[in-house]
Order: sequence, then structure tokens, then C-alpha cells
Amino acid sequence: MFENLSDRLEGVFKKLRGHGKLSEENIAEAMREVRTALLEADVNFKVAKDFVATVTQKAVGREVSGALSPGQQVIKIVHEELVELLGGVTEQIELDGRQPVVIMMAGLQGSGKTTTSGKLAKMLKAKGRKPYLVPADIYRPAAIEQLQVLGERLEIPVHPSTTDIKPVEICHQALKEAEVRNYDTLIIDTAGRLHIDEALMDELKEIQAAIPLSEVLFVADAMTGQDAVTVADKFNSDLEVSGIVLTKMEGDARGGAALSIKNITGKPIKFVGIGEGLDDLEVFHPERVASRILGMGDILTLIEKA
Amino acid sequence: GKTRESLTYQMDALFLGKKEIDGVMLDDLEEILITADIGVNTAMELIEEARRKVKRKELSDPSALKELLKKQIRAFILENDEDAALVMPEQGPFVIMVIGVNGVGKTTTIGKIANKFIQSGSSVMLVAGDTFRAAAVSQLKIWGERNNVPVIAHKEGADPSSVVFDALGIAQSKNVDVVLVDTAGRMHTKDNLMEELKKIKRVMNKKLPGSPHEIMLVIDATTGQNGISQARLFNDAVGVTGLTLTKLDGTSKGGIVANICREMKIPIRFIGIGEQMDDLRDFDAGDFVDALFADTNQQSR
Ligand SMILES: Nc1nc2c(ncn2[C@@H]2O[C@H](COP(=O)(O)OP(=O)(O)OP(=O)(O)O)[C@@H](O)[C@H]2O)c(=O)[nH]1
Ligand SMILES: Nc1nc2c(ncn2[C@@H]2O[C@H](COP(=O)(O)OP(=O)(O)OP(=O)(O)O)[C@@H](O)[C@H]2O)c(=O)[nH]1
Ligand SMILES: [Mg+2]
Ligand SMILES: [Mg+2]
Repeated sequence: MFENLSDRLEGVFKKLRGHGKLSEENIAEAMREVRTALLEADVNFKVAKDFVATVTQKAVGREVSGALSPGQQVIKIVHEELVELLGGVTEQIELDGRQPVVIMMAGLQGSGKTTTSGKLAKMLKAKGRKPYLVPADIYRPAAIEQLQVLGERLEIPVHPSTTDIKPVEICHQALKEAEVRNYDTLIIDTAGRLHIDEALMDELKEIQAAIPLSEVLFVADAMTGQDAVTVADKFNSDLEVSGIVLTKMEGDARGGAALSIKNITGKPIKFVGIGEGLDDLEVFHPERVASRILGMGDILTLIEKA
Repeated sequence: GKTRESLTYQMDALFLGKKEIDGVMLDDLEEILITADIGVNTAMELIEEARRKVKRKELSDPSALKELLKKQIRAFILENDEDAALVMPEQGPFVIMVIGVNGVGKTTTIGKIANKFIQSGSSVMLVAGDTFRAAAVSQLKIWGERNNVPVIAHKEGADPSSVVFDALGIAQSKNVDVVLVDTAGRMHTKDNLMEELKKIKRVMNKKLPGSPHEIMLVIDATTGQNGISQARLFNDAVGVTGLTLTKLDGTSKGGIVANICREMKIPIRFIGIGEQMDDLRDFDAGDFVDALFADTNQQSR
């Protein structure tokens, strides 16, 4: 559906021949195309605006290298900047320090928290950890059973939560149980909630105040649109999130929400979900997602080398 | 579901004290539209047209501009060939198949629609066509209990087509009025899963010719531009006859459905505004378009 950004940029620069440097005017037109591409990819309006301003500054006055056309030059700068903003180094889960390690999953309804809890438990078990799955969603029909089924499939113990116990109490009991049984990693699956539901946001704060959490992972759907910033900002300011998981990345969404969420929270994107299966969890690769947001794959590797 | 008193707040603040349309106002409107997920191209198209009208002096009054934009977006939504309300067949069960990507709210919407039909005196049956996701069947059974209606289910991992085949037989013999078929969430880009959906539809039509009468695609209001691809590929596979927009109780506007309607001419039936049984409303294009322009923070107060 979308015309490729690189084609559009070539179009922009075709009109201007013989420029040795990228000038302010020709950059401005190119940046309008960049902005459009970002917005088509669901990067938030304000985030896209700031991004374009930063890149413009970096681009103006740059010598056009012999091997690259001005369009490619701009793409190179844009891509580099995107990769940097998305978070250069790959981040891991914090497993050192106080044991047992407690990881809490949080996010909107249906974003993929329960499934990701299972995937993460599997990944950590493979690393030699002893995970304990803790269902703390007492609201959604069959939420506890959903995690129990995943635990059975993975042969990973699941805390016997029931819907008549408050989530914070469930977490307390689970922590005690883990200490008795020598489980070293608790993964707490919380109910999906709206960021504007203060009562339910307080419930998470209560867990955070009562239980020593090593990680609070904000789980977000890669197909999310402009509102990703609002939601991520609220979860992060209420809970001081430690990392982000982007789910459902195997589809054809351009994934601009990644940039929006990273930008507003400043927190690392730690994992991406790429399917419904329990193996479908990967560490985050900023270059791949940057290329995807720009709607281009292989051309970039060529430009990178130039 | 928050009240919609302050829905036009953002627009009004923008127009406050302004007697003429200027560039800043047009830029701000473009931002409002893009931020509502209506898409950069549609937003630019609408604003460009307004800009031309202002230049040609056909438009000078800010409030007329507002009305023009609303009217145009309403037109995207309402220009479809189908009836906005569900039309039940003369006889035999009315079969609704609910489809969509993962986690958008299909199962919950079925629970809510069941409640709606029961309120109007129809008998309802639920069919657990999601045999894949962990505890999906149990989740639907709880919705069955809440509504006090039967749920037809096979074991987890069973072929969804065979569940649906059995269920339609039971529905016919028991003279059930409305059959609501849940399906597993699936990524629209996964060919094998889309083939499975086609098969479910074929089997239904064989068992009960004419069914499914409604193929309802559920779109999550937080979805961005990918909503178009979802609608396109589900429509290509099985033909979508109606939409439900869920999670409108959050701060997302769901503007992408205006584009879906515009491109695919599919009517929007319902909106979901919460997780409870009665959190379902008939879609109202006027309210929806007003809300697109509303201030999110005001709405959430
Ligand atoms: N295609 C795909 N589906 C996923 C992925 N992660 C989760 N899902 C699916 O998304 C749906 C929702 O996942 P859940 O894990 O139940 O989401 P949740 O956040 O726990 O949902 P609530 O508890 O209701 O808030 C399920 O159908 C999952 O199978 C992913 O990476 N790709
Ligand atoms: N706030 C809000 N939450 C909703 C709404 N509709 C559904 N949900 C929640 O969204 C989550 C996912 O809903 P489901 O009905 O399980 O979604 P689904 O499409 O059946 O999911 P899969 O079968 O896993 O693909 C649950 O936590 C629901 O309670 C709504 O209108 N508003
Ligand atoms: Mg869950
Ligand atoms: Mg479901």
C-alpha cells in the first residue's frame, strides 16, 4: 500500500542536481516524506515531529558521500538515529541481586501478558532458572486456568491462586511458597487494565509496595496506534516500568509504537513476541525494527555498507 | 464508559475566540485527526480540501469547517451497502461468526451480544470454535453461565469445523434463535489460519445453507494503521459483513475504522466500552465522529 520511503526520497532529490551538501531547503522536503513514513508506521505525532527536528539538524551541512545518493544519505541518517533512539544495546532481564527474582507483567487488556509470562518462564527455565508462575488476574474469566494450562505444557509450577483472594495477597503467598520450595524466579501475571482505571492501577502499585520486584515489564501490542504514548506514559509514571515487551510482531504492522513507547518512557525494549507459541519470544533488535518502521528491509544493509 | 459531556472540548478550545480559519488552525486539526488514528493520508486529504476551500473563499467560518470535516468522516462510515442493524433470517437460527486478530475482544463481545439477544427475548447458543488458545473454552463457558445459555464445545485441540458442524445441528433441532460462534484469534497474515477460517465458513454453509449470516470482525480501538490490513485480509478470506469496535472505554479514538468503512464499505454494528456483560452499545456515527475530535484527557476525567 505504501510507496517506499526510499523511492519517495529519490523523487525529492531528483529535482536537485549537483548539490555537494544537503541544504536546509532540500532537507525540509525530504523530511516531510520521512514524517509521513513515520506516521504511516503509527509513530506518535509528537514523537515524529521531534524526531524530524533532530534529524534535520544532524543532516544539514553533511557532505554527501560519493557512494550514496542524497536520498540514500538521508535514509542512512534517519535509520542511524532511529536505531539509537530505539536503544543501542540489547537488554536482558535482571537476574542478579536479591533472590528470588520477581518479575511482574502489566499492560492493557489483551496485550499478551499471560502468554508472555509462559514464554518468559520457558526461556528462563532453559537458562537453568527455577521459575514459578503466579496468576494474579482474578477478574478475567478463566485467566488463572489459562496460566495453569501453560504451566502444565511447560512443566513449570503454577501458584494455586483463587479468585477470592486479593492479588497482593496472592503475591505474598506465592513469594512465601517460592522460598519454601526454592523457586528462584517468580513471574506475576496481572489482569489487563486501562491506564485510566485508577482503582486497578492502585492495585498494581500496592503489589509493587508489598513485594520486592526486580522487573516490571510493560507488555504492549505492536499493532497499537497513536495512543501508545498515553498508555505507556501512565503505566511508567505509576509503576516505574523496568522494560518493555512488544507482542504480535510477526504480523505486518510497521511497529511505530516501539519508537513511541521507547521515547516516552526511556525504558529498554527487552523482548518481542512473534507468535502464539511458547517459543515465540525473541530479544529485541533495534536495527530490524528501525528498518521496519521505515518500511524497508534490504536496501538498508546496502546503505549501511557504503 | 465515561460521559461524553466534554467531548467537543478540544475542538472548542481550538476555535475559541477565532473568527477566521488560519494555517495554525488547519495544522492543529490535522494533528487531532492523525492522533485519532485516522491515518496521515486521510487526514492530509481532508485538510488539503479544506485549505483549498478557504483559498477559494468557499469556507471562512471556523465552525463551518468543523462541521464539514465531521460530515466528511461520517460519510466514510455511512456509505455502505448494508443495513447498519443486524437482520435476522425469516426462519432457522441466526448464525454470527466472530473473527479477528489475537486479543481484540472476540470472546467477550460474544458474551455481551448473547446478553443483548436474551434481553430481547431470543434463545441463544454459544459455540467454542476456539479450540486452540489455553483455556479459551473455559472462558466461553463462563460467559455461557453468566448468560445462562448452552455452550457447545469439544476438547481443546479439536477441529473447530467439527465443533461448528455439531453445534449447528443441535441449534436446528432445538430451534435456537441465535448461534454465536467464537473463533481463535489469528494473525491475518498467517495463510494456514486464514484457510482454517474459510473451512469453518464452508462447513457452516453446508450444514445450514445461508449461514453464517453475519461475519463480524472485531477491531480493537487501540489499533493503528494495521487495522486496514486486518480488515482487508479477513475480508478477502471470508467476507466481513459487520464490525465491532472494542475498548472504546480507554483513551484511543479508533479512527482507523473510518478508513476501514471508507475502503471496504462495511457497517459498524457495536462498540465495546468495558469488560462487563452490559458494556456493549449500538454504534452511532454521530457520537463516534464527535469523539474523534474530543480531548482525551478531558474525557478521562
Ligand atoms: N500472534 C500473536 N499472538 C500473541 C502473541 N502474544 C500473545 N498472543 C495472543 O494474544 C491473545 C491475548 O494474549 P494473552 O496472553 O491472553 O493476553 P493478556 O494480556 O494476558 O490478556 P488479558 O489478561 O485479557 O489482559 C492470545 O490469543 C494470545 O495467544 C504474539 O506474539 N503473537
Ligand atoms: N476495557 C475493555 N476491555 C475489553 C473490552 N472487550 C474485551 N476486553 C478485554 O480484552 C481482553 C481480551 O478479550 P477476549 O474477549 O479474551 O479477546 P479475544 O479476541 O477473544 O482474544 P483471543 O481469543 O485470545 O484472540 C480481556 O481482558 C477482556 O476483558 C472492552 O470493550 N473494553
Ligand atoms: Mg492475561
Ligand atoms: Mg477469544
